[in-house]
Amino acid sequence: MAINWFKYSAPSTFYGLAGRLLPWFAWSSAILFAVGLYISFFVAPMDAQQSEAYRIMFIHVPTSILSMFIYLVMAGYAALGLIFNTRLSSMMASALAPTGALFAFISLWTGAMWGKPMWGAWWVWDARLTSELILFFLYLGFISLHASIDDPRRADRAGALLAIVGSVNVPIIYFSVKWWNTLHQGSTIKFSGTSMHIAMQQAMYSMIAACWLYAIAVTLMRVRSIILERERNAQWVSELAEVRL
Amino acid sequence: MSLSEFFAMKGYGFYIWGSYGLALLIFVVEIALVRHRRTIALQQLRLLRDAGEEE
Repeated sequence: MAINWFKYSAPSTFYGLAGRLLPWFAWSSAILFAVGLYISFFVAPMDAQQSEAYRIMFIHVPTSILSMFIYLVMAGYAALGLIFNTRLSSMMASALAPTGALFAFISLWTGAMWGKPMWGAWWVWDARLTSELILFFLYLGFISLHASIDDPRRADRAGALLAIVGSVNVPIIYFSVKWWNTLHQGSTIKFSGTSMHIAMQQAMYSMIAACWLYAIAVTLMRVRSIILERERNAQWVSELAEVRL
Repeated sequence: MSLSEFFAMKGYGFYIWGSYGLALLIFVVEIALVRHRRTIALQQLRLLRDAGEEE
């Protein structure tokens, strides 16, 4: 059976699809957060070196990974919008930016809360921390640049340029702990495997999945509003049951 | 393990609950904001429609 993927690149069909998918992502995220937090606090053993403080890892690492991943997805959508002039791609980029910025902020905040007891400092100008801070500013830059241009199509193009150029920062964050001698520790989970305790792995993967599903759910919810705002003069919008009330 | 021992987290309670607390707060606020945005978007559409009908 051939699926017509182009059908869903139209805002009118995607609006309905996003609405149907939303509860599935939202509920599976909630369940995985419950499971992940339970394992994080009640199953995973105490760390030999960091005592209980290491438990910050289960929120710090997932939000950090997602802050980088969401940026790449956002830049990818922005690039699609720029190249193929598809409205929905640009709307998706705009919908992802606030969630990405919030994940970057949580990453920085939890990093500070972990750095203080372990390193003795809330903040150091280390390559990893600095490049993550730049990522946060790139999100804010994208959001404010988009908001500052009245014509939404021009705003999409300007934002896309910024998002694409800024994406060079993501590999810099990722490899910073290898390229420079940083205070920030290297990755514990590598593509080649990990030395982590099995319960710590389960907690980590549940929390990563939960954050991932959360990001999808909240982005779908936001893009539905963006579609309504930007397609407000379209016939199909005025025919929606929720508008006709 | 008692409840107060659990919340104390061997002296790291402030840092751990400060981390999870802020993350929870951000998620709750973000969900409230996207829901609010939808309410506003739908309201605007109805206003637009009502304005059109009056003409």
